[in-house]
Amino acid sequence: MSVFLKEEDISIVLCGEAGQGIQTVEAVLAQAVKQTGYHIFSTKEYMSRVRGGENSTQIRISSDRVASYVDRIDILLALSYGAIDHLKDRISPKTVIIGDPEHIKSARESENNLPTLNTNFIEIPLMETAEDIGGLIYANVIAAGALSCLLDIPKEIFDGLISDMFARKGPEILQNDLKAGEAGYTLGKGLMESEENQVKLSLEAHSTVRDELLLSGTDAAGMGCLAGGCKFMSSYPMTPSTPLQAFLAGNAHDFELVYEQAEDEIAAINMALGASYAGARSMVATSGSGFALMEEGVGLAGMTETPVVIYLGQRPGPAVGLPTRTSQEDLNLALYSGTGEFPRIIFAPGKLEDAFTLSQRAFNLADKYQIPVFILSDQYFADCYYNIPSLPLEEVENEDYLIKTTPNYRRYLITQDGVTPRGIPGYGDGLVILDSDEHDEEGHITENLEIRTQMVDKRLKKMEHIRKDALTPELVGSEDYENLVLGWGSTYWPIREALENIRKKGLNPDSGETSFLHLKQVYPLHSSVTNYLEKAEDVIILENNAHGQMANIIQLETGLEIQEKYLKYNGMPFSVEEVEKRLLQFMGIEDSGPGGHGKTSGEVL
Amino acid sequence: MKPRDFDLPDADVAWCPGCGNLSILRSLKATLAELEIQPENLVFVSGIGQAGKLPHYIKGNVFNGLHGRSLSPATAIKAANPELTVIDVSGDGCMYGEGGNHFMHTIRRNLDITNLVHNNMVYGLTKGQASPTSQRDFNTPLQVDGVFLEPFNPLAVAIALDASFVARAFSGDRKQSIEIFKAAIKHKGYALVDIFQPCVSFNKVNTRDWFREHTYYLEDDHDSHDRNLAFQRATETGEYPLGIFYQNSDKSTFEENLTVYQDEKTPLYQRKLDKDKLRALVESKR
Repeated sequence: MSVFLKEEDISIVLCGEAGQGIQTVEAVLAQAVKQTGYHIFSTKEYMSRVRGGENSTQIRISSDRVASYVDRIDILLALSYGAIDHLKDRISPKTVIIGDPEHIKSARESENNLPTLNTNFIEIPLMETAEDIGGLIYANVIAAGALSCLLDIPKEIFDGLISDMFARKGPEILQNDLKAGEAGYTLGKGLMESEENQVKLSLEAHSTVRDELLLSGTDAAGMGCLAGGCKFMSSYPMTPSTPLQAFLAGNAHDFELVYEQAEDEIAAINMALGASYAGARSMVATSGSGFALMEEGVGLAGMTETPVVIYLGQRPGPAVGLPTRTSQEDLNLALYSGTGEFPRIIFAPGKLEDAFTLSQRAFNLADKYQIPVFILSDQYFADCYYNIPSLPLEEVENEDYLIKTTPNYRRYLITQDGVTPRGIPGYGDGLVILDSDEHDEEGHITENLEIRTQMVDKRLKKMEHIRKDALTPELVGSEDYENLVLGWGSTYWPIREALENIRKKGLNPDSGETSFLHLKQVYPLHSSVTNYLEKAEDVIILENNAHGQMANIIQLETGLEIQEKYLKYNGMPFSVEEVEKRLLQFMGIEDSGPGGHGKTSGEVL
Repeated sequence: MKPRDFDLPDADVAWCPGCGNLSILRSLKATLAELEIQPENLVFVSGIGQAGKLPHYIKGNVFNGLHGRSLSPATAIKAANPELTVIDVSGDGCMYGEGGNHFMHTIRRNLDITNLVHNNMVYGLTKGQASPTSQRDFNTPLQVDGVFLEPFNPLAVAIALDASFVARAFSGDRKQSIEIFKAAIKHKGYALVDIFQPCVSFNKVNTRDWFREHTYYLEDDHDSHDRNLAFQRATETGEYPLGIFYQNSDKSTFEENLTVYQDEKTPLYQRKLDKDKLRALVESKR
């Protein structure tokens, strides 16, 4: 068998048990691929367990930019007995399955177990080689080495990354890992030269890619938080927000910020509000049920007009739900969290550059309007990596909204726009009085109903200006469209790539362009959203939830109902193939192309 | 300074005549005057309950937050600006009931803050239900068979967690209360003062006279650095000791352990983004 993968875009999936070091392979390969000059995208799906189960990581390597998840698997590296079965719905006749003889034996012997006949099995002695080096734990690095060799990654790049990663584990382990890499390269070379199982990949490397940034959604958001001047974070670990907590805690020394792991999410948000009251730009990071615990605190931020940034990493609920999977289910939770009525802003980045700028903006707007501002992320976006040329650092500008108080300072002085210049304790001669009860201008508790009405009006008045500051949605495609595809947050790239594929295949109908409108600010909506929707003849929205929460908010805000919804809520992100298939249907085009061979969400559910 | 320097002339005090809170408020003003603490550098943090209203009747900065949660903002205010004097004013329901988890973990953090807990063994604001410290057989409209839960022992819990300062005062003895408050505020580290206080409206059992009859002061030679002894004294019931049970001055505070303050003491709000560092961090991902 000879396998020549000449496509300019290869999807490699590594699958193994938790604890086998799949993430190590991902980290090394992603960096190695970029340093070689290929474009890279990686995403992982994993179970909520520390050992066992089946976890997989997809690494897309391409001559062009890639930034989204595909069902397609060109090469599957099976590192465990259950790997092939775990991914059987995504294995096509073209998939090359590489693995230890032991791990692929059962699938090989009963090939009919796979939905599509597949005979592209390539055995490499991973386990035996690992045992020779010092134990099965080295199998992951051997696999990474073999793949690197196939991808034409210079050995010194690979060794450099292995050294960076394992040096802290001591010289013995590092030596073994370098040996494991070497052994992997030898196995890879064998595959390239073998007469029986020849595998050769051909990709075009670009030297400019080598100097690009390789970031995860978490990294980009974290850098945005630092750029926004975050000085205090209190949180409680919870997937998928924990990586952002680790990012800020890890940078706490360099950026002079305090990270505190609170005893629970209730303490976390109340701490963040305390620090904010004392003038430090503050945030929490949480998800699902953790955020549910914070809701009372969101109301406190609303009542006391205390700025706070809330990073909400979404995962499927209700309650504990699917802890390690992805969703866009907590938009309503964010929008309606807290008792009473008060303004807020919700951002939902879909690309790395947006994660950076929106996070930075979140801190400035929280301070400007003295409100809670949400950054809505999700497991898929937080955990994915891809390369981008740069981040807009030159645009980083932080406005200082704090004032020095004078003796008669009134924290809730009623102003024309509802925003009272904000003082903090210990800066100036005034006193800063804040109360979760309804309060007068000074901040003291009151039950005067006239003042109550004035204070509600004051708080809500800010919404007028917040709406004026709303970000315009991003239109991808022609302004002159007939059909409009709508997405928000992390669905940005899958939708965009699907539409590009359709265009590349020349399937766009002569009349009736289809464009894509992406909402990165989901509340309040920019006024142009209404115009965009009214212009379209047909509109479809894609969301990772079962209710079409964004569609409902759009209807509430614009009065326009979105008829067509493509909703996926099985815990996995949209794949490019399934989006493509659904959009072709939406556009009234017969799907003749290969499309996706993965199941659609409806079938999975 | 004089106690009246802490008066708020327009304060609309919502407590009942004869309420123990009134005495605590007077003692606190006298304490702060003696310690010469400027109201501008003072932050009162409270939750919800009758005690939680105290910050509205005294001159200072105020963070009157949510029920049970006062210690969380108090923690962060001190961590964000260690130059401020932070006094958490709470009640037995707010601190030991709704806020029990935060009570334990704030002790562990050991910030240099003072935690005054008005303990009248009953819920006042919600009109007379049992509190965590209500004594056995206390009848209320909700505990119709009388309380049969073990009363929460805040001092014993605090000493078990090696809280760095643990004391009990009685609101009716203002002279001694002032001495205890002073020691608590001056103490470097977390200081708990549980304050026995009568509720004239909803607790007809633990009245002012009852507290007088059932309390006494720890002996002058009580060794407040002996943790086992302190724990033993904290578990005494029937007759309740007052005074400073325990102190451990050897512990470092939370804010002392924060790296941000190792080289520079300036509060967080004065620290701005270092763009060069941000650029270096971003560049490191190339």
